[in-house]
Amino acid sequence: MNITEILKYTIDLVAVLLLALGIKGLSKVRSAREANRLAAIAMLLAVVGVLFNYLGGTGISLSAWIWIFIGTIIGGSLGMITAKRVPMTAMPETVALFNGCGGMSSLLVAMAVALFSGTRMGLNNGIVEKISIAISVFVGAITFSGSIVAMAKLQGWLSTPSWMQSKARHFINIALAVLSLIAFIEVITGGGSGLFLLLIGSSLLGIGVTLSIGGADMPVVISLLNSYSGVAAAAAGFVVRSQLLIVAGAMVGAAGLILTQVMCKGMNRSLISVLFGGALGASSGSGSSPGEYENITSCSVEECALTLEAAERVVIVPGYGLAVAQAQHTLREVTRSLEASGIDVTYAIHPVAGRMPGHMNVLLAEADVPYEQLKEMDIINPEFPATDVVLVLGANDVVNPQAKNDSSSPLYGMPVLDVQEARTVFVVKRGMSAGYSGIKNDLFELSNTSMVFGDAKKVLGDLLVELKELGVGSKG
Amino acid sequence: MSFFSEALWILLLGSLLGLELIGKVPPTLHTPLMSGANAISGITVLAALTLIITSGDNLPMLIIGAISLGFALFNVVGGFLVTDRMLAMFSRKSQRK
Repeated sequence: MNITEILKYTIDLVAVLLLALGIKGLSKVRSAREANRLAAIAMLLAVVGVLFNYLGGTGISLSAWIWIFIGTIIGGSLGMITAKRVPMTAMPETVALFNGCGGMSSLLVAMAVALFSGTRMGLNNGIVEKISIAISVFVGAITFSGSIVAMAKLQGWLSTPSWMQSKARHFINIALAVLSLIAFIEVITGGGSGLFLLLIGSSLLGIGVTLSIGGADMPVVISLLNSYSGVAAAAAGFVVRSQLLIVAGAMVGAAGLILTQVMCKGMNRSLISVLFGGALGASSGSGSSPGEYENITSCSVEECALTLEAAERVVIVPGYGLAVAQAQHTLREVTRSLEASGIDVTYAIHPVAGRMPGHMNVLLAEADVPYEQLKEMDIINPEFPATDVVLVLGANDVVNPQAKNDSSSPLYGMPVLDVQEARTVFVVKRGMSAGYSGIKNDLFELSNTSMVFGDAKKVLGDLLVELKELGVGSKG
Repeated sequence: MSFFSEALWILLLGSLLGLELIGKVPPTLHTPLMSGANAISGITVLAALTLIITSGDNLPMLIIGAISLGFALFNVVGGFLVTDRMLAMFSRKSQRK
């Protein structure tokens, strides 16, 4: 073992250590930001380690440097621009997009080695290489196509086609899985003829599985796909014989699986039901179909302001609608003026409010809402009976009492916020359309609920004006 | 065969480490953690780099390697920056307190 090798192993070990510390630190609020930087440094170190290893060994040719330069400039700058430009509300789909690209990268490496390697050093097309290539292509393709579909669905570019909600999709997906399996075996036993079949089969499988999954479950799917991209990276590590890649890939794969499990628990859903249960709305065909509301009380912004002025305890329930309307800053102004008049304001955060766990925390943090005012579901639920006014902003399924009362409801069993226990509930909503799950919300028909129709930002803006006229917030 | 058996041990230990790293995660951090782990999964940059360096003058492999490197770096650079942007929002307030 010469000095270059010792240095390379040292760099690799330090990189793995830092990556592990990074993942660990990311799961605690206080250390999260440093941990993220630590992981970034570890990544840089790993890249330096690889370059260093080859410089000390076989050397790196000029043409290799040129291609590395091209790839780095294009990928790096696109990543930078995307990360800077993307709005906070579009975070889930951005993560899905990045994740898909990671899967694509592993897939491309495996394809290149399989198709063009010929007499490459260390690769004599042994069975291990073939299996690694097959796994890398299979998982990489599922990650890529699945992530792109998840992104398109979250962006609203794609909706679930109706045939995808029928039982037929199970047969289609099983057929695709079998096709992929046959191609997989073909790649391992035969030549490269099964490779493209595997690529097509697994890409379609990724689309087929993701397409039928409903919006509320999407975060779980993205987390799962994130875990897959770790697996794809580990498989690529076998292909190019990089131990560091194997460790890091395995770590991310396993950690992603745990995170997926944690998210599932937060939604009271099992992973199996997320993957095979399909869209939530699909099974609600009988029983309650959306749109048959009776006894809806709607009210003006003025009435809402009057009630708020008389309240002592107000709880805000933010949801996806708030994020879409980008109304977090206006909301903050409203709550500031309420607080200035001595009204107690807290925020009830449902674990899956928005399109991703923690979505609302990020959104409200952007508007400078103090962290202590955000209360999690278990803490805030017993406090609703002592609450005067609940303001539901663009949330729907997470405040649906059906989840507690109606055992035939597809939502049944999901933990929800018990807003109906409060004295008055205002629901700010654009119209009477159903929530993401497509299920009717019984809350809207209750006698203590009033609907305030309109875009969250506009309603909150009007509310602010009304409150000013009432003298709320002007210290009196 | 020695690389293979070694690599399998590494795979096993790496997976176990990953399982242990995340215990309880507050819901606030689900999105940033997912995003951060996602950036780390862009570690395939190493595979892409290795592919380019060991390609010699094999043009198809160089080109695919460069594309692969681009995809991986898009994931890594974008992933870390976006995670930082999210986390910056949490730390900003705590400094002010």
